[in-house]
Amino acid sequence: MQGSGEQFPPGDGAEELPESRAPHRVIGTPPPARARTLLETPPEDGPPEPRELPAGPSNLPQAKRAERLVAALFILSMLASIGFIAAYIGLEVGTVGSAGRSNLALGVSMSVAFGALAVGAVIWVRFLMPQVELTEERKPLASTRQQRDEFKKTFTEGAEASGFAKRPLVRRTLIAATVPLAIAPLVLLRDMGPLPGTSLRHTVWRRGMRLLVFGPNTPLRPADFAIPGQMITVVPDGYQDNLDVLAKATTIILKFGPGELKPPTVMNWTVDGIVAYSKICTHVGCPVALYEQTTHHILCPCHQSTFDAAAGAQVIFGPAARPLPQLPLTTDAEGFLVAASDYHEPVGPSFWERG
Amino acid sequence: MSKTTDALLDGTGRFLDDRLRAARPVRGFLRKIFPDHWSFLLGEIALYSFIILLLTGTFLTFFFQPSMTEVVYHGAYTPLRGVRMSEAYASTLNISFDVRGGLLMRQIHHWAALLFMAAIMVHLLRVFFTGAYRKPREFNWLIGIVLFTLGLLEGLFGYSLPDDLLSGTGLRITQGVLQSIPIVGTYGSYFLFGGEFPGHIIIPRLYIIHVLLIPALLLALISAHLFFMFHQKHTQMPGKGRTNANVVGAPMYPYFMAKTGAFFFFIFAVLALLSTFAQINPIWLFGPYNPSGITAGSQPDFYMGALEGSLRIMPAWEWNVFGHTFAFNVFIPALVPLGIVFTGAALWPFIERWALGDYSEHHVNDRPRNAPTRTAIGMAAITFWGVLWLEGANDIIADQLQIPLYTLTWIARVAIFVGPVVAYWVTKRICLGLQRKDAHLLEHGVETGIIRQLPSGEYVELTKPVDEEMRAVLEYGRVGAPQLTGPPADAGEVPAPGARGPLGRMRTRLSRVLTEGIPVEADGHGNGHGNGHGSPAAVTAGEQEGARPAGPGPEHGGTDGDDAAH
Repeated sequence: MQGSGEQFPPGDGAEELPESRAPHRVIGTPPPARARTLLETPPEDGPPEPRELPAGPSNLPQAKRAERLVAALFILSMLASIGFIAAYIGLEVGTVGSAGRSNLALGVSMSVAFGALAVGAVIWVRFLMPQVELTEERKPLASTRQQRDEFKKTFTEGAEASGFAKRPLVRRTLIAATVPLAIAPLVLLRDMGPLPGTSLRHTVWRRGMRLLVFGPNTPLRPADFAIPGQMITVVPDGYQDNLDVLAKATTIILKFGPGELKPPTVMNWTVDGIVAYSKICTHVGCPVALYEQTTHHILCPCHQSTFDAAAGAQVIFGPAARPLPQLPLTTDAEGFLVAASDYHEPVGPSFWERG
Repeated sequence: MSKTTDALLDGTGRFLDDRLRAARPVRGFLRKIFPDHWSFLLGEIALYSFIILLLTGTFLTFFFQPSMTEVVYHGAYTPLRGVRMSEAYASTLNISFDVRGGLLMRQIHHWAALLFMAAIMVHLLRVFFTGAYRKPREFNWLIGIVLFTLGLLEGLFGYSLPDDLLSGTGLRITQGVLQSIPIVGTYGSYFLFGGEFPGHIIIPRLYIIHVLLIPALLLALISAHLFFMFHQKHTQMPGKGRTNANVVGAPMYPYFMAKTGAFFFFIFAVLALLSTFAQINPIWLFGPYNPSGITAGSQPDFYMGALEGSLRIMPAWEWNVFGHTFAFNVFIPALVPLGIVFTGAALWPFIERWALGDYSEHHVNDRPRNAPTRTAIGMAAITFWGVLWLEGANDIIADQLQIPLYTLTWIARVAIFVGPVVAYWVTKRICLGLQRKDAHLLEHGVETGIIRQLPSGEYVELTKPVDEEMRAVLEYGRVGAPQLTGPPADAGEVPAPGARGPLGRMRTRLSRVLTEGIPVEADGHGNGHGNGHGSPAAVTAGEQEGARPAGPGPEHGGTDGDDAAH
């Protein structure tokens, strides 16, 4: 730092103001820049330093009007802030209606508080401050040759003094030591989750497990689901609140009239024209929730993969690459719809190990 | 100067300066010059949105429970009373209905996130189209791209936290995409989710990433971004008296301080107004997440729209070989389109620099028309992104415009390739047309509307030369950036070292495309064939371009004598 070796009397900083690199642009008549000083020595003779910024705006009447306006806006902001506090204290929440009223009052007062400050400040800058345009020189960003050489010298000397360059044994062992050190934290992440194993290949569906209607969680007889063209979501009995299970095992059942189902639907897995498919899209796992009766198209609302429910849920359109797996169905002794087994292939999105 | 100011400076000022020796640096800080242009405010919008995000986000953490423990809801929102839900969802409902100001803060937080991302996008485009990323500002360009990427993640994780049906669906898609990545995908998903989807740990994990990890990175990078901007000084738009060696504008104190403070309040006011009257993410209408449920028309926040669209546009390609699954239909759209855009953006300054052999500092921005190829590439990228973004809402568009959904997807599948090419070509024509207009103004002046009859009987319209301010703008950076080296070897000359070999020829060709433009002819014959050969402003490596505009002109033209070619 230039001048760091010099001693300044305390409080003498005013004399040390650096000369500006900017050319001075004078607007208005400059009064002495420092009219008053605490120094005992009289200020030097000569012309006072020219001002960089004029002391006031050029259009005084306009400035007077602007001043009143700015003050009015600041008062408005103040009132709005008080209103905000009042609204906070005065308006209770706890119901949908009261929360809405509170939101309205708080939001409006907050907007006005900030907005009035903003508009006031802009008017202040535009009409109360003199308009200036200053020019500042740019220095090239690169250091000078000498500075670079000095840096190089310092750096090299340090490197030499440390022996980092001269002592390869130390250098190499240090590098060797840092490699496992860097790997160690990654190992720490191992317990963030279990290994997948074969868990993605199975769901909880077992032979004899009842299908419960999603929502009311009631079992279903084929006769309860007799109108062709319907689609309902079913979940495995006993797991209706287990989200991890539902994320794989949620199933849709659809009722078809005689002769409507076509291959590759596995007919043995259907009961009275009722066919069950996984509800988890084979694209990225959204529930395929939309069904068009007339075309038998199942549509995933996320990315519009479309499956033909009458023909083994084959893909008709969209990014999904595989049909929705079919769940083998049968009925139990009481006549309720049950699974005949688990799905015969993994449900849901593709994964590397799926094959 | 008032007595108070004096007393303050002599008292507190001396106290501080005795300890910090701050008078000189702080004075420099106060006198720092900030160039003025409306487009320089775009980055400030992002900055202030970020600050508002920090403020409102901190408030939200006081009440939000990042937990997936199941509870039964008993709060103010009657339709969901008695429903089992995660604590995260219940506490978000609680913030919305049972905490005073909670709904307002939640909505400001969400609106500010949208504004943050929108401002970053527009700011990035401004910097690209004006060439403000050029030397010495490449670091800030790269930081900006990283900030954008982090912002995408931060937003995705943030709107996943309430654990409502919509955000859970977004998480499900995220998990499905992660799982599709070859080799590591399944493990990555199991480690992130602590097992199978959805598990019981993802919300707390996303929470700490959302409130600590990414914000800390954002804060550090934003600080670096601002420091570089401050240290290198801001770019300025071309104008009279503005050169590569100066910076013209109003000083930090009091002008910029007051203006930027006002701007912060203005942004806060607009966000508060939006949050009062424009409902955003009404999670109570969606219900708690359940992997069996979904609503039609599920849409992510707008900045994720392009990713969503690329998932939708992709054909169903999947391979099963050697017992493994390559889910091209998932991981290609998830990684490739945005990978192209971000990687391309990151490399662009270096490609352009190399092609042009332009190693000089640039502090005066280009007008987009004067770099037609760059502008055209930018518009092509916007079109690419825009097609994906629109495709991300294809179901809504199909519904609103009564276009069949599949037709719309097929249109997008074609438009993703054709659109950018058309945008490139059209933009280039428009830029060259605008250059031609500028050249005409410079050559012939401004039409006055006054018709005069000459003694010979001929009628002519009087024109007057463009004024100095306008001339400075029009003349700056004509015919793009400086060209690599001389004319190509078709004149039987030996090509310059940088132009030899296949790579060199590519470089020369690229350089020619990049410097395409309409030259201004001193003799007034603006015939306007835009092959760019007329740009003689060759700048050697490391040469300071200094004050002079890079473009042809009588005072520095003709280094190769190719002016004679016209």
